[in-house]
Amino acid sequence: MELILPFLIGILFSASLYLILHRHFFKLILGLILFGLATNLFLFVIGRLTRGGSAIIGPEEKVATEPFADPVPQALLLTAIVIGFGIQAFAIVLIKRVYQSFGTNDLDDMNTTDQIEEKH
Amino acid sequence: MFLAILAGFLLAFAAPMLYRWLGKWVFVPMALLPFSIFVYLLTLAPAVLNGQNLGELQAWAPSLNINLHFFLDGLSLLFALLITGFGTLIMLYAGGYLKGHPLLGRFYLYLALFMTAMLGLVLAGNIISVFVFWELTSISSYLLIGFGHDKESSRSSALQALLVTGLGGLALMGGMILLGLAGESYTLSELLERGDLVRNHALYLPALVLLLLGAFTKSAQFPFHFWLPNAMAAPTPVSAYLHSATMVKAGVYLLARLTPVMGGTDEWQYTLMLVGGVTTVLGALLATQHTDLKAILAYTTISALGLLVTMTGIGTAPALEAMVVFLLAHALYKGTFFLVAGNVDHATGTRDLTQLSGLSGTMRYTATAALLAGMSMAGLLPFFGFIGKELLYEATLQESPFRWLLFAVSFFSGMVFVAVAIALGFGIFWQRSTRPTPLQHPDKPLLYLPPVILACTGLVFGLLPGFFVTPLLRRAAEAMLGVEQVFELALWHGFNLVLGLSLLTVLLGYVVYRYSNKLLSYASRFNGLYRLGPANLYQLGLNGFLTGATKITATIQNGYLRSYIAAIITAFIALVVLSLSRGGPRLELANRLPELTQLRLYEVVLLMMIIPALIFLFKSRSRLTSIAIMGIIGYSVALFYILFGAPDVAATQLLIETLTVVIFVLILHKLPAFTYLSHASERYKYVLLSLAFGAVMTYVILIVKQYPLDSQLKAYYGQSSYLLGQGRNIVNVILVDFRALDTLGEIVVLAVAAIGIMAMLKLRMQKGDKP
Repeated sequence: MELILPFLIGILFSASLYLILHRHFFKLILGLILFGLATNLFLFVIGRLTRGGSAIIGPEEKVATEPFADPVPQALLLTAIVIGFGIQAFAIVLIKRVYQSFGTNDLDDMNTTDQIEEKH
Repeated sequence: MFLAILAGFLLAFAAPMLYRWLGKWVFVPMALLPFSIFVYLLTLAPAVLNGQNLGELQAWAPSLNINLHFFLDGLSLLFALLITGFGTLIMLYAGGYLKGHPLLGRFYLYLALFMTAMLGLVLAGNIISVFVFWELTSISSYLLIGFGHDKESSRSSALQALLVTGLGGLALMGGMILLGLAGESYTLSELLERGDLVRNHALYLPALVLLLLGAFTKSAQFPFHFWLPNAMAAPTPVSAYLHSATMVKAGVYLLARLTPVMGGTDEWQYTLMLVGGVTTVLGALLATQHTDLKAILAYTTISALGLLVTMTGIGTAPALEAMVVFLLAHALYKGTFFLVAGNVDHATGTRDLTQLSGLSGTMRYTATAALLAGMSMAGLLPFFGFIGKELLYEATLQESPFRWLLFAVSFFSGMVFVAVAIALGFGIFWQRSTRPTPLQHPDKPLLYLPPVILACTGLVFGLLPGFFVTPLLRRAAEAMLGVEQVFELALWHGFNLVLGLSLLTVLLGYVVYRYSNKLLSYASRFNGLYRLGPANLYQLGLNGFLTGATKITATIQNGYLRSYIAAIITAFIALVVLSLSRGGPRLELANRLPELTQLRLYEVVLLMMIIPALIFLFKSRSRLTSIAIMGIIGYSVALFYILFGAPDVAATQLLIETLTVVIFVLILHKLPAFTYLSHASERYKYVLLSLAFGAVMTYVILIVKQYPLDSQLKAYYGQSSYLLGQGRNIVNVILVDFRALDTLGEIVVLAVAAIGIMAMLKLRMQKGDKP
C-alpha cells in the first residue's frame, strides 16, 4: 500500500488541477475540494502510515506503546480539513451569489471588474 | 545642529496652519527660521574659522552603523550659510511673489522642507544620512517644480526632474555603500582620513562611477543637463533658490566633499574636466539661443556649474580656491538675477527679452539690483564676481597639458556671461527706449528688497574681501585639499596677464551682445541636433518604459484565473525538476516492489472505488451526479484514515463530507443548468500540465518515503500526552491542550468564513444588481 498510495495521490492531484483549470465556476469548486482531499492525503502519507494502532493510549497505560500512529500529522490534518471546509462552504455560497448578481458562472466573464460593471 | 534641522521640519509642516492663522503675514515666521539658523551658524563660525571641525551625534540605527551625525567644517559652513541666508531672503520674496495665492501655505511647506533637507545634506556627517537628505531634496524639488500642478508642462517637468535626479540618487546610494565598504566606515570624518585606502581599493572605480552619476544628475551636467531648463516651470522663488543657488550645487558640494577621499586620481580628474568642460561650453552656447529670461539664466547656470565641476576636477590649490570663490560669487549674482527676472515677470507679465525695454524708470530698485548683479556677473571691478573670474583664469592658466583648452572653455563662458549680464542688467532696464514696457503693478518692497540685498552683498564682498569671506573660503578650500590654505583675496592684483584677459572678455562679451540677434537667428539650425539630444532620449526611454510596462502587465495580469494557476504550477514543477536534476536524491523502486505483496483486499477495494469515481466525475454532465461522486471519493478517503490508525481524522472527514454535500444540494437549485464551457485548443495543454503535476507529486512522496522519518515529536507526545495533558487520545490532547492557541485560530477562521457566508446570503441586493 505504501507504494500504491503515492500514485493515487498523484492521480487525485492531476484530476483536481484539471478541474481547477476549467472555465466553469462549479468545476473550479469541485477541483478545489478534490485538491484539498489530495493535499490532506499527501500530508498523511508523508507522515508515514501505521497499520492498526491508532494514536490512543490504552486504559491501563500511562504512555503510548508502539505501534501507534504518529499523532502530529493527524492533528495537522484535522485542522486542515476543518479550515478546508470553511473555504468550501464560502466558495459554494459565493458561486450562488455570483450567479445571482451577474447571471454567469463562466470565469472568463469575470476577469475584470470593469466588464462586470458594463453588463448592468 | 540637530535641533535646527528638527525645527525646520516642524515649521515646514506647520506652514499650512500658520497660513490659515496669519494670512499674508505667514512669511514672517517662515523667514525668521532660516534667519535664526543663519545667526546660530554665525555663532559657530569663529570656532570653525579657527580650524575646528564640529561634530554632533544622535544615535539612529547604531546596529547598522548609521547615525544622525552632523559635521561642520569650512565647506559645510559655507554651504549652510548660503542656504540659510539665501533662504531668509527667498522666504520674504515668496511672501510677496505669491501673495494671495490660495496654496501659499503649501508652498511654504515645500520650501521649508526643501531648505531643511538641503541644510541636512550639507551638515550630515554620515554618508547614509547624506543620501537620505539628498533624496529629500529631490522630492521637495519635485513638489516645488510641480507647484503649478494644473499645468501639464509643469507636471511633466517635475516628473522629469524627479526621474533624472532620482535615478542619480539611486546611483548615489550604491556609490555611498561601496564607498563605505571601501573605506570601512560610513562616517564622513573618518572617511576623510582614509583617502589612500579608498583610492587603492578594488571598489574605487565602481564607487566613483556611481557617485559621479549622482553628482552629475543633481548638478545638471551634460548629458543630464536637460532637466534644469524645464525645471524653470517652478515659481521664480523656487528657481532662484533651488535651481541656481542651492540644490543644483548639491552635486558640486558632494564632489568637493569627497575630493580628499576620492579625488586626485586620473579617472577623477579627466572625467570631471571633460564633463565639466563640455557642460560649460554647451550651457553658454545654448544660453545665447533663447530669449526667455529664465531660460537664459538656466543655461548660464548650467555653464557655471560646469565650470565649478571643471575646477574641482583640476584639483590644484588655485583651482579649488577659484571654485569656492566663484561658487559664492555665482550664487550672489545669479540669485539676484533670478529674483529680478521674477519681478519683471510679475510686474509686466512677460519674460521675453525682446519685448522688455526701458524698465529703469518704473522699476528703479529692481533695475539697480540688476545693474549691480550684472556688473558682478560680467566680472567688473570692484565686484566679487571680478575676484571670482580672475581666480578662474589664474587657475586654468596653471602649468598643465590642457591649460589652453581649459582656458578657452572658461574664456568662452566668461564672454557669454558678459553678454548675458549686459542684456539682463543693462539692456532691458537702462537702455533708452521710446516705448517702455507698461507695468501691471509698481515695484513692491517685498519683491525688490531681497535682490537689492543680494546684489549689495556682492559689492560689499568685493570691496572688503578680507573681512570674514576670506577666512571662510580658506577653510572651505582647506576642507577639500586637506592642507592649510593661506590665500588672500584681493580686488587688485596689479596689471598682469589675467587682468588683460578679463578686459578682453568684457570687450568680446560686448561684441557678442551687439550681435546676439544674429546669434539667435541661428537657433533654428540647431533644431536637427535637438532631436538627437539627451532630452529626446529621455522622452523615448520614458515612453518605451511605459509601453513596455503596460504590455508586460497586460500579459501577466490578464485576468484569467487559470493562466495564473497554470503559471504557479509550471513554476513549481520546474523548480522541483531543477533541484532533482542537480544531484537530488534518486528514486530506487526496485527493491521496494515486494511491499506490493502486503496489499490487503479492503485497500484494493477502496482504490477500486476512487479511480472509477474520478472517471465518472469527468464524464458526468449532471451537477447532482458530480456532487454524489465527490461524496464517494470523500468517504473513501475517510476509510483510508480509519485503516491507518486515524479514527479522529476519519470522523471529521465523514462529517465534513456530509455537510459539503448538504450545502451543495441546498444551493443547487439556485444555479443555472450545467453547461459545458469548452476550450478545446487549450485543453490538451492543461491535461499535460495536470498530468505532470500529479507525476511530480507522486515522485516527491516516493522520494520522501525512501528516508526514515526523523521526528521526536511522535515519541514526545506519546510519552507526555497522558502524564502532562491527562488525556488518552493523543491527537485530541494536541489540539485542545498542547496547541490550543492554534485551534483557537482555526475557530476564528471558521467564524470569519461563517460571517462571510451570512453576509453573502443575507445582504440585500444593492441598486443596480439583478434581483
